[in-house]
Amino acid sequence: MTKVFQKTKLLTDEVMHYCPGCTHGIVHRLVAEAIDELGVQGKTVGVVPVGCAVFAYKYFNIDTQEAAHGRAPAVATGIKRVHPDNVVFTYQGDGDLASIGTAEIVQAAHRGEKITAIFVNNAIYGMTGGQMAPTTLVGQKTTTSPYGRDKDHCGSPIRMSEMLATIEGSAYIERVALNNNANIMKAKRAIKKAFETQIAKKGFSMIEVLSTCPTNWGKSPVEAMEWLEENMIPYYPLGVKKEV
Amino acid sequence: MAKKLMKGCEAIAEAAIRAGCKFFFGYPITPQNDIPEHMAARLPQIGGCFLQAESEVAAINMVYGAAGAGARVMTSSSSCGISLKMEGITFIAGAELPCVIVNMMRGGPGLGSIQASQGDYFQATKGGGHGDYHMIVLAPASVQEASDIMQRAFDLADIYRTPVMLLADGIIGQMMEPVEFHEQESKRELPEKLWATTGWTPDSCRKRAVVNSLYITNEELDTLNQRLQSRYREIQKNEVTVEEYNTENAEFILCAYGTIARICKSAITLLAGEGVKAGLIRPITLWPFPSDTVKKAAEQESVKALLTVEISSGQMLEDVRLAVNGRKETAFLGRPGSYLPSAEEIAQTVLRMRRMHS
Ligand SMILES: Cc1ncc(C[n+]2csc(CCOP(=O)(O)OP(=O)(O)O)c2C)c(N)n1
Ligand code: SF4
Repeated sequence: MTKVFQKTKLLTDEVMHYCPGCTHGIVHRLVAEAIDELGVQGKTVGVVPVGCAVFAYKYFNIDTQEAAHGRAPAVATGIKRVHPDNVVFTYQGDGDLASIGTAEIVQAAHRGEKITAIFVNNAIYGMTGGQMAPTTLVGQKTTTSPYGRDKDHCGSPIRMSEMLATIEGSAYIERVALNNNANIMKAKRAIKKAFETQIAKKGFSMIEVLSTCPTNWGKSPVEAMEWLEENMIPYYPLGVKKEV
Repeated sequence: MAKKLMKGCEAIAEAAIRAGCKFFFGYPITPQNDIPEHMAARLPQIGGCFLQAESEVAAINMVYGAAGAGARVMTSSSSCGISLKMEGITFIAGAELPCVIVNMMRGGPGLGSIQASQGDYFQATKGGGHGDYHMIVLAPASVQEASDIMQRAFDLADIYRTPVMLLADGIIGQMMEPVEFHEQESKRELPEKLWATTGWTPDSCRKRAVVNSLYITNEELDTLNQRLQSRYREIQKNEVTVEEYNTENAEFILCAYGTIARICKSAITLLAGEGVKAGLIRPITLWPFPSDTVKKAAEQESVKALLTVEISSGQMLEDVRLAVNGRKETAFLGRPGSYLPSAEEIAQTVLRMRRMHS
C-alpha cells in the first residue's frame, strides 16, 4: 500500500491540549506544513505566546522560545538580530497581539523586522475564560462584556491587518479564515508566502487567521464556523492587505 | 595600553564590547545615554548589532530573545526604565538565560530626578520582579572598577545562567576618570550553550531547544525552583566580593557602596586626624551580600558601632543589620533622593556616635 498522506514531521507526537473543534490545531498544522515544504526546519525558530497556544513549544518540532504576554515580536527581534539567516516567526492570539502587545507588533512592523507573525484572531480571550478582546465584535457577549460589546463604552473592534498595512516596513500582510476547505488551502498558501517574504528579506510579514473559540463562544464547532462566516468575515474582510 | 580619560558610561560600554558583548538593546534615559550611544557607534564596526527599542519593555524582551539565541547581550537604563524591565528580568531568571543589565540609578520614586541616587538597592537585590529569584548585583565605585567588572559580569551570567546587574549611582556613569583597559581574557571556563535556539533538526547533535519559564505542574515548578535555589547558594558561597579598608581593630565601621564609599574613605582620613580609628566595608557584590565580612568585623571587640551611609533612606542598612544581628549598634546616615553626605558630615556623625559611646 502506498502512503498518500501523513502528518508533517514538523509537528511532534505530543497530544494537543486544545478544546475539541478549536482552530488552533489547524493553524499549527498549516504553519508546520509550510516550514516543512520550504525545507527550513533547521533554520526556523518559533516564538510562542501567552494564551491558549502557550504550549505550542511542545507541538512545533523546532527550536522555540516562550515569550511573556504580548512580547513575542520583541523576543523574535532579539533572535533575528543574532541569527539574521534564521526564519523567525511569532504565533500570537488577539489579546496577545492586539491588546497588551500592540507596541511590540507595531514597532516590529515599523522597523521592517524580517519576521513573520501568525495572528490568531478568535475575537475573544480564550485561555483566561472568554473575556472581551480588542477584536470582539460590537454586540458580542463575553464574560467582561456581559451585555454585548458597546462601542461607546469600549470602542469598535480593531482591524490589525489594515492598520499594519499602512506601515512602510510591512512587506506582506494578508487576512485569511478557516471556515471551509477552500479558505484553509488559501490560508496555507498565505502562510507560506509570508515565510517566503521573510526569507527574501523583504520586510515584516503577518497573516491574520480568523479563527473560532467554540468553548468561550458557547457554540458547537459547526455553529462556531457559521458564526465566523456570518459575523467575522463581513467585519474583517479577507484578502491581501499589503504586498511589496 | 595607556590610560585614557573616559566617562563611566563610555568605559562600561567599551569594556562590555571587549568582554565579548556584541548585542545591545536599549531605550534612551538620562543619566546613562552614553552607553547606548557608544554601543551605536562601536557595535556595527565589529559585526554586532545595536538596536534602539521602542521601550524598555521591548528592549529587555529583545535581550531575552538574543540571550536565548546564544548571544552575549546587554541592556542599560536608569531607575524608571529598570522598573519597566522587571517583567522581562524575572522571565530571564525563570528561563535561566545569561545577560547583563546596567542600572545607572537616578532619584525616585516616580519620575524622581536625574541626579545620582542609590534608591534601587531593594529592587535590585531583593527581587524587583515577581517570583523567587535573585540576580547577581555588582556595584563598582570608580570608572576603572566599572570597566574591570564587565568581563566578570558576562562570565558570571554565562556560568550561572542568570541575569547580572551592574548597579551604580549616576555619578559613576557621568564622571570622567582615567581608565586602562586590561587584556580581558576570560580566566574561567564557560559552559557551552547547547540550550540556545539556533535552529534544529532531528540530526542535530543536541536536543531540541526550548527557552521557557512556564512550569505548569507543581513538580516541574518545584524542580526549577530547587535548581535555582541551589545555584543561588553556590553563588553565595563562591562569588562574594568586598573591599575591606582599615577595619582591623577599628572603633567604628562604615558600610557603603559606590560613590559614597569613596567619600567614606575621606571621612576615615578626617577621623584619623581626630585620633579615631574608623574602617570601611565596601560590598562589591550587593547580592550576594558580604554578610560574613560584616559579621566578623562587627564581632571585633574594638568595634563600638557601625554606620551605614547611602544615597537613600537606608536600604543596604537592612542587610548590614541582618549580618550584625543586634551584636552592635547599627546607625544610618543618608537621605532619599539625590543628596550626598559630605566627608565632614560623615566624620561628624561618627564623632557624635563616639561621644555617646564614651
Ligand atoms: C502580563 C500578563 N497579563 C495577563 C495574563 C493572563 N492571560 C493569559 S492568556 C491571556 C489572554 C489570551 O488571549 P488571546 O491572546 O486572545 O489568546 P487565546 O487564548 O484566545 O488563544 C491573558 C490575559 C498573563 N499571563 N500575563
Ligand atoms: S478556549 Fe477557545 S481558543 Fe482556547 S483551546 Fe479552547 S476553543 Fe481553543
